[in-house]
Amino acid sequence: MPHTLAEKILLAHCDEDDVEPGQIVMVRCDVVMTNDISGPMAFRAMERMGATKVFDPEKVVLVPDHFVPAKDTRSAELQKLLAEWADRMGVAYYPQGRGGIEHTLLVEEGWVVPGSVIAGGDSHTCTYGALGAFGTGLGSTDIAACLATGQFWQAVPGTIQVEFTGEKRPFVTGKDLILAVIGEIGVGGGTNMALEFVGSGAEALSIDERLAVANMAVEAGSETGFFPADDTVAEYLEGRTDRPWQAERSDLDAGIAQRVHVDLDSLPPLVALPHSPGNVVPIDDARGRRIDQVYVGNCSNGTMTDLRQAAEILRGRSVHPRCRMIVVPATQRVYREALAEGLLDLFAAAGAMVSTPTCGACFGGGNGVLAAGERAITTTNRNFRGRMGSGEAEVCLANAWVAAAAAVAGEIVDPADVLEAVPA
Amino acid sequence: MRLHGTALVIAQDDVDTDVLYPGPFLSITDVEAMKAHLFEGLDPTLRDRLTPETALVVGANFGSGSSREHVPQAMQASGIRFLVGKSFARIFSRNCLNLGLPAITCPEAAEAAADGSRILADLDAGEVFVDDTAFPIPPLPEFMRELVAAGGLVPWVRRRLDATTGVV
Repeated sequence: MPHTLAEKILLAHCDEDDVEPGQIVMVRCDVVMTNDISGPMAFRAMERMGATKVFDPEKVVLVPDHFVPAKDTRSAELQKLLAEWADRMGVAYYPQGRGGIEHTLLVEEGWVVPGSVIAGGDSHTCTYGALGAFGTGLGSTDIAACLATGQFWQAVPGTIQVEFTGEKRPFVTGKDLILAVIGEIGVGGGTNMALEFVGSGAEALSIDERLAVANMAVEAGSETGFFPADDTVAEYLEGRTDRPWQAERSDLDAGIAQRVHVDLDSLPPLVALPHSPGNVVPIDDARGRRIDQVYVGNCSNGTMTDLRQAAEILRGRSVHPRCRMIVVPATQRVYREALAEGLLDLFAAAGAMVSTPTCGACFGGGNGVLAAGERAITTTNRNFRGRMGSGEAEVCLANAWVAAAAAVAGEIVDPADVLEAVPA
Repeated sequence: MRLHGTALVIAQDDVDTDVLYPGPFLSITDVEAMKAHLFEGLDPTLRDRLTPETALVVGANFGSGSSREHVPQAMQASGIRFLVGKSFARIFSRNCLNLGLPAITCPEAAEAAADGSRILADLDAGEVFVDDTAFPIPPLPEFMRELVAAGGLVPWVRRRLDATTGVV
């Protein structure tokens, strides 16, 4: 019987003889991850379930990242609780200053391999699809069940196969590919579905760019999104993990519910305008909008690839005097690599602020929220009303080239125009 | 299972969990304190219109975005007994079910209901009544029926753990 990749992964992680879309199965987790927001609520639910220990301490990892560094005593208490609980349960824990944003961190630390199932107490757990894993975001009660039993219930998703063909044009990144998909199918278009990213344009993407694509699968409402593992993944995992894995892909005659095609030859940089990740327009239709704050970072686009793109724009240029810019490397490792490469000094010299890794302002947690009437352009994944502060502020989503170019110009512009118009 | 309530309607589609419960309040773990921030980014006055018997009637893709369970926890604690919607976003609907808060997909009923409509959801018969008009709903899958009957995932898991003396 032919199967999609989603079906194959779930079949290998449940006790059923076969699976089909819509069927509810109990799925075994290879990794359970939670953070300073979903964790403390999950621990309490786990206690109410009557569980006093986790199903397997080797498979649980805790990452404080949302309100990090603590913005007030309440968030400090949550982080203290997280650290104490990790110690008591004997599970993996990344202390502040030695970790970073959970999704980028787990990928770089080798927790994620193709075909694995990762349950995370955060909606962007789908990021692990960059390596061909079934990562899925869950609420605290679900996470409590995962911690206690190692399992969650899951309706087997159908599959939307997204094919990228052609070659990316200058200043187009993984961010634009996924914005194109969300613009096409809509913010609810992936409901009950897994997005599977295939085609020559998908295979040509680096891991950093795949992270950006998989990360925003949830913004289309999907259960998850992933790239079938290939040589790029194998190379990335070399020396990074001891976990066994094998490359799988959907059978050619597997049941695909919907096919979406994105032609990269004709894809310009895109911008998601307020207040929805589905409100996507070509850069030409977004230009001219005044920008008060630029934010480069978060679990979709806080990688070295993103920082290098922003740095290329800012090299020899300055942040516009009535604009401010915040750069947030996603992990401590990215931070140090950017430091060693001189990027952090370059940002600081250009008048940008460089932050320690944190989810921070992306979800309005702190570290750069917006005032009423202000407009930001960010490399983050959500621009819902009030997401980054005031409900009267606006957030536009774009790639790091576009965001950095807006910082220089003080308004949304085509990055090519900045590189031409303002001599470095 | 039969559920009764009085409709409070949020008509728009794609209402996200950020407006339902904004990020700055995610450090709150006491559900009583969460209630004060429910609907904060959407329309705080909705809070004043909740009764202990509210049936929240919503549009399509309700609860999109974040996995924050603060939203359905605060809803449940504020007197919302169940939801009827055109459709629900994935994690939000999971969270509701896991808490024993039924989120029922029935676009026709959601369309027909107005503020104050009497809503009756009969999960066994597979019908949602808006005042006196009945709308059919597909039967709940066996597992979800079990989850709702148990009162949510906490008692459901507890029962399994008890049955196996702590080891699943």
